[in-house]
Amino acid sequence: MLARTADHLYWMSRFIERAECLARMLDAHYRHSLLPHTADVLARDWRATLASLGVLDLYLARHGTLQPDTAFDFLAFDREHAGSIVSCWRSARENARAVRGTITSEMWETLNSTWLEIRQYESDHADHDSGDFLEWVRYRAHLSRGVTLGTMLRDEAFRFTRIGTFIEGADATARMLLARAHGSPGPSDDAAGPDAYGWTLLLRSLSAFEVYRKVYRDAVTPRRVTELLVLRDDLPRSLGRCTSEIYQNLREVANDQSAETERRAGSLYSEFHFGRLEQLLAPGLQSFLYGFLAQVHDLGDRIAQDFLVPPVLI
Amino acid sequence: MQSTAYDEMQSADGSHRIHYRRYCAWLESQAPDRLARRRAEADSLFHRVGITFAVYGEDEGSERLIPFDIVPRILAAAEWQSLDAGLRQRVRALNAFLNDVYHDQEILRAGRIPSELILCNAQYRPEMQGIDVPGRIYAHMAGIDVVRGATGEFYVLEDNLRVPSGVSYMLENRKMMMRLFPELFSRHSVAPVEHYPDVLLENLRSVAPVGAADPTVVLLTPGAHNSAYFEHAFLAQQMGVELVEGQDLFVRDEAVFMRTTRGPRRVDVIYRRIDDDFLDPLAFRPDSTLGVPGLLSAYRAGRVTIANAIGTGIADDKSIYPYVPDMIEFYLGERPLIANVETYVLRQKEHLEYALAHLEELVVKEVHGAGGYGMLIGPAASREQLAEFRARIRANPERYIAQPTLALSTCPTFAGATLAPRHIDLRPYVLSGRDLTIVPGGLTRVALAAGSLVVNSSQGGGTKDTWVLES
Repeated sequence: MLARTADHLYWMSRFIERAECLARMLDAHYRHSLLPHTADVLARDWRATLASLGVLDLYLARHGTLQPDTAFDFLAFDREHAGSIVSCWRSARENARAVRGTITSEMWETLNSTWLEIRQYESDHADHDSGDFLEWVRYRAHLSRGVTLGTMLRDEAFRFTRIGTFIEGADATARMLLARAHGSPGPSDDAAGPDAYGWTLLLRSLSAFEVYRKVYRDAVTPRRVTELLVLRDDLPRSLGRCTSEIYQNLREVANDQSAETERRAGSLYSEFHFGRLEQLLAPGLQSFLYGFLAQVHDLGDRIAQDFLVPPVLI
Repeated sequence: MQSTAYDEMQSADGSHRIHYRRYCAWLESQAPDRLARRRAEADSLFHRVGITFAVYGEDEGSERLIPFDIVPRILAAAEWQSLDAGLRQRVRALNAFLNDVYHDQEILRAGRIPSELILCNAQYRPEMQGIDVPGRIYAHMAGIDVVRGATGEFYVLEDNLRVPSGVSYMLENRKMMMRLFPELFSRHSVAPVEHYPDVLLENLRSVAPVGAADPTVVLLTPGAHNSAYFEHAFLAQQMGVELVEGQDLFVRDEAVFMRTTRGPRRVDVIYRRIDDDFLDPLAFRPDSTLGVPGLLSAYRAGRVTIANAIGTGIADDKSIYPYVPDMIEFYLGERPLIANVETYVLRQKEHLEYALAHLEELVVKEVHGAGGYGMLIGPAASREQLAEFRARIRANPERYIAQPTLALSTCPTFAGATLAPRHIDLRPYVLSGRDLTIVPGGLTRVALAAGSLVVNSSQGGGTKDTWVLES
């Protein structure tokens, strides 16, 4: 297929996934903020979230101090901020429009109508509950995923769409863990430790709380949550699952120059598939996560080079 | 002028024309609020599906809808048959003319068209001289604008042979009508139009360069910001071909390739929706970023087919239009079946004098203008506008033609909650490949403002579904 088409598909699905992950992250925040907290704790949480997304400095430069409402708008509605939910959907829709002939018409209609409705939310979001909006974003993400899986031919176009989704998903889950891990040396086995509720919320925002109960039938401890979100490759948003999907889909689209990218993706996947948590976390949870993010970033760059914007050969 | 216009639905005595009777009976039985609901539904569907045209410089959310009117324009079987024959004749002659102009120029040597009118015309492309194009077809897609005069007779108002647009609206309007009013289609036998993309693809493949066993066709678009982008994406999807931009293609060893995820892939036929000027920065406008450097050399070498061919503008130029009936006689030895609108060519002195004396009765058009821009409608113009045009014409008479103001036929159209007569035209699409194909009907455009004669979508026009009844 056309390299530019693959590029649009890849970014379309990355932006859809990014919007969904932002909504999940903000949802965890939102629920947390409903608990009794001091203003300090709330500000610290926002700081951790913004830092894990890599936009803390940008936020502070624009807004000065950390105000929950301002921070929420910055991540949800701010059109000037390329990383907000609204901006992500706008980019997703622009990419989709560029390949509307390649995706199915049901997909296009779903993405387009989501964008039209977002504009409604935008114009009167003061009247809406934040929770409503976040739930709606998640619902639209489910719909987008459903229409993709339910209507798209399993061809190259589909593979690039999936690669985009899981590159972004791997990145997002790692960042959500990072936000939770901020300031703590490593995940403990203590169910009643500080922030115990925060770990439960993390599970909920990744739709993994019920899964956790099913797998462990026990109290929520930071260590087990980490294990679940990192290693379990049967959990849709775990790092293990995402790396496995990236590798499998890359193999389907391999070309003459992509062998090294494939090798790196495979090596990353096997670390999760065959590795042990203690081994992976030896350098500390935060260092591990930063290392992982760098590897995902490297894969993203290599995919772009090998497939999406191939060098001009004349 | 209004009173003399031909009404598509009613005859002069107020009774419904025969081919409209069944529809009118249905219409009268409909509750007004059902129709209102359906009209609202059509709007929201067009929005959701994104059948819009982009407006330059505005936010991406304000892509506009072309207003769609739910009252169909209906043509009787016999009316269509004579139109169909006339259109075929015209497009055959136009293709023959293009082949002649770019080869032996017999029509110029025979003195039927003044040579300087062709050779000094910016639309004439000397680069095309002597190139043999597959099947001798230049205008693979033609949109011929026809209008009906006061007594119901058809005239050709304009030929569009470069990159005629609007066919996606013809297809989407039909889909919309079938969705909104399925019962109408069980009561009428309306000739289908849905096979248009299949015919188009087959034709494009049939004109591939010799030796391309399984030709690859692509559709070349200026990109997502072009006002007709929806149509480009739609047609590419309907045909199952790649929608490419100039940056996706490159020329190597006089062959055209596209950049794919698996390396370069050969392209045989380019259905281009980019004007000649922008196709190849090495040959035409050097500042064009939309085109493909070296494309013309590949084309001249016969390694790729471009549809429509380069240089078709010489046949649809408004200064050439008055000579199309001569072309029909010259190349086919036939009398034209559909007449031209009487046209004054202002480069001719006697025509100029007449036009200046009767400006307030005439429509004046720029020879190279399109889209309803740069046009004067005499009867609707103010004293200042008339004076301004008079001065412009005196300064450059060769840039203008003038035509009598036609009382374009009207068709009942929703204006608010009630029906009112509005002027319409018709653009049938003529496809040339191994055979010549016209899907029955075409795109009916309607001027939505009361009394307005300008149907262009860029000037506030809307569209209607066009029915050709099979019996």
